[in-house]
Amino acid sequence: MAETPVAGPQIGGEMGDNIVKISKIMTPEEIVEYFRQHLGDSVVDTRVDIHEQGLSRYRMQSVWIRVKRESFRDAVKLLATIHSPLHISVASGADLGDEIELNYHFHVYWGLGKKEISVTIGARCPKSDPHFPSISDLAPGAIITEREKQEFLGVIMDGIPDGRPLFLAESLPPDVHPWRKDPEEQEKLKKYVRNVHEEGV
Amino acid sequence: MAKTTYTLPIGPIHPALKEPTMFKFVMDGEVVKEVDVQPGVNHRGIEFIGMRRNPLQVLHLAERICGICSIVHQYAFTMASEKAAGIPPTERSQYIRTIMAELERIHSHMLWAGVAAHELGFDTLLHWTWKLREEVQDVLEYISGNRVNYAMYYQGGVRRDIPPEKVPRIKKLLTDYRREFRKLADAFLEDPVFQHRTVDVGILTYRDALETSAVGPTTRASGVKKDVRVDQPYGAYADMDLKPCLPEDIGCPNTGDSYAKTAVRLLEVAQSLDIIEYCLDNMPPGPIRWEMNVNKVLMHMKKAGGEAIGRTEAPRGEMIHYVRLDPGDENVSCWKVRASTYNNILAWQKMLVGAQIADVAIVAASIDPCIGCMDRVTVTDGSGKQRVMTKEDFYRLSVKKTRELMRQGVRGRIV
Repeated sequence: MAETPVAGPQIGGEMGDNIVKISKIMTPEEIVEYFRQHLGDSVVDTRVDIHEQGLSRYRMQSVWIRVKRESFRDAVKLLATIHSPLHISVASGADLGDEIELNYHFHVYWGLGKKEISVTIGARCPKSDPHFPSISDLAPGAIITEREKQEFLGVIMDGIPDGRPLFLAESLPPDVHPWRKDPEEQEKLKKYVRNVHEEGV
Repeated sequence: MAKTTYTLPIGPIHPALKEPTMFKFVMDGEVVKEVDVQPGVNHRGIEFIGMRRNPLQVLHLAERICGICSIVHQYAFTMASEKAAGIPPTERSQYIRTIMAELERIHSHMLWAGVAAHELGFDTLLHWTWKLREEVQDVLEYISGNRVNYAMYYQGGVRRDIPPEKVPRIKKLLTDYRREFRKLADAFLEDPVFQHRTVDVGILTYRDALETSAVGPTTRASGVKKDVRVDQPYGAYADMDLKPCLPEDIGCPNTGDSYAKTAVRLLEVAQSLDIIEYCLDNMPPGPIRWEMNVNKVLMHMKKAGGEAIGRTEAPRGEMIHYVRLDPGDENVSCWKVRASTYNNILAWQKMLVGAQIADVAIVAASIDPCIGCMDRVTVTDGSGKQRVMTKEDFYRLSVKKTRELMRQGVRGRIV
């Protein structure tokens, strides 16, 4: 695995402590460029979204970066050079047919007043090989959402320190994954889910 | 060698609220050594249901995730689906949304303060706090017609306006609350017994707060300046210069204990009053919806494709919804809800370790847990064989400890 690159000048101590480290403030475009520079071809897709808020037209900024699965941990490490400890909001997961996409929603530059940027780092894994690298060691707050993704989407988080099921009933077999959309998964689920909306009660 | 620790299961009835979740404590005498939180007892599969509905239907489903902070779920979902479909909310509606969200914060924090008082055995304080809370409930009903699920938000705007003739009633609430607020804050923060029960109890350190990605008053009490309204403002918050409320604002150190968490919540009630006043005074004129015809909005969202996140500062902290729309598909293709309590589970574990058994109730309550928000599918629980300690047992122990302090005649303030 590549060495973690170090971002420009660390100004650190921004919060008056030695725990929080912040790099120089970058624009969303610069963040994308920073990722492309350090991860090269591993960056599959990027997008910057701006949404104006309020009468003052405040620009709410979000960056979306999709990388190859093999480089996912490197991308998260790279983000940690921008603002650490990482603030992970949640990971969302979508069934795209042949692949499963996981998007980890992080936020950087919090605590500086109106400067926060949402950074979503995503990657896809094929359903035939649903392995995904766990980042619970890099961002301890990720463990809850990773446990949830395992049970709901049937992905396997490699290296997760605690992989027990979290929310689903013990009576539900471990091979039933409610958020999978393929017909065979839906068939398995039929035993446990009733659609009163269509059946009528 | 004799076994020095024992396991104490609590639940599935929650020790602080009448909501189900499961705790397993490893105890050494009176002291908690390890904690495992096993949520899911109240999971209702709302995301699963939502992925089979169109965005307008999900609007009402999102509101029903929680009975206390229903607005912020609808707010976050509305913002996420608007961004994904490219619908701009009107200016006036952004102010109305902010007013509703802040009224809800007041009602939620007052509800919490009452529960905290109750957990410690101060039932007079509970009834006084909840009597005051009724006033904000009345105003919420006055604006929206509802006391719990307000059905105010809508892609592109809001459903109901706040016309000028309704403003005086809302302003009266602000005046009344400002008058009563000092007395209420003193009843909590200045009371010696309350201080003895909360100071240095359930500490979340600054480092732990950062590393677990804790959110809301739970993290601010430890001195972490995370507040979505300040960091990445949405709606009318973008026009204000807000600061995150920290315990140090009233001269109390940012210790992250239950006392600091109480202080943060009480400060935020005062802050909410200021925000509402600003919004009422600066509300721009104009339409309250981007498009009045519901079918047109639905058609627009059906054609549109995209993904986005909607993020709000709920009374309990950062709340985030992820929405993905596929062009041509009427239904929401992916929906992820992350409520504040979800990110505070790990912080909970850190706070409970080292706590005394009689303090479990107040420490568990100190994050203002909302299990309905966190759990979203129905589950059966098979822990019938274990000795189960219910909320009532914890409550009895907690009250006993408070009475003991009162009997000892605790006088000196410690903050």
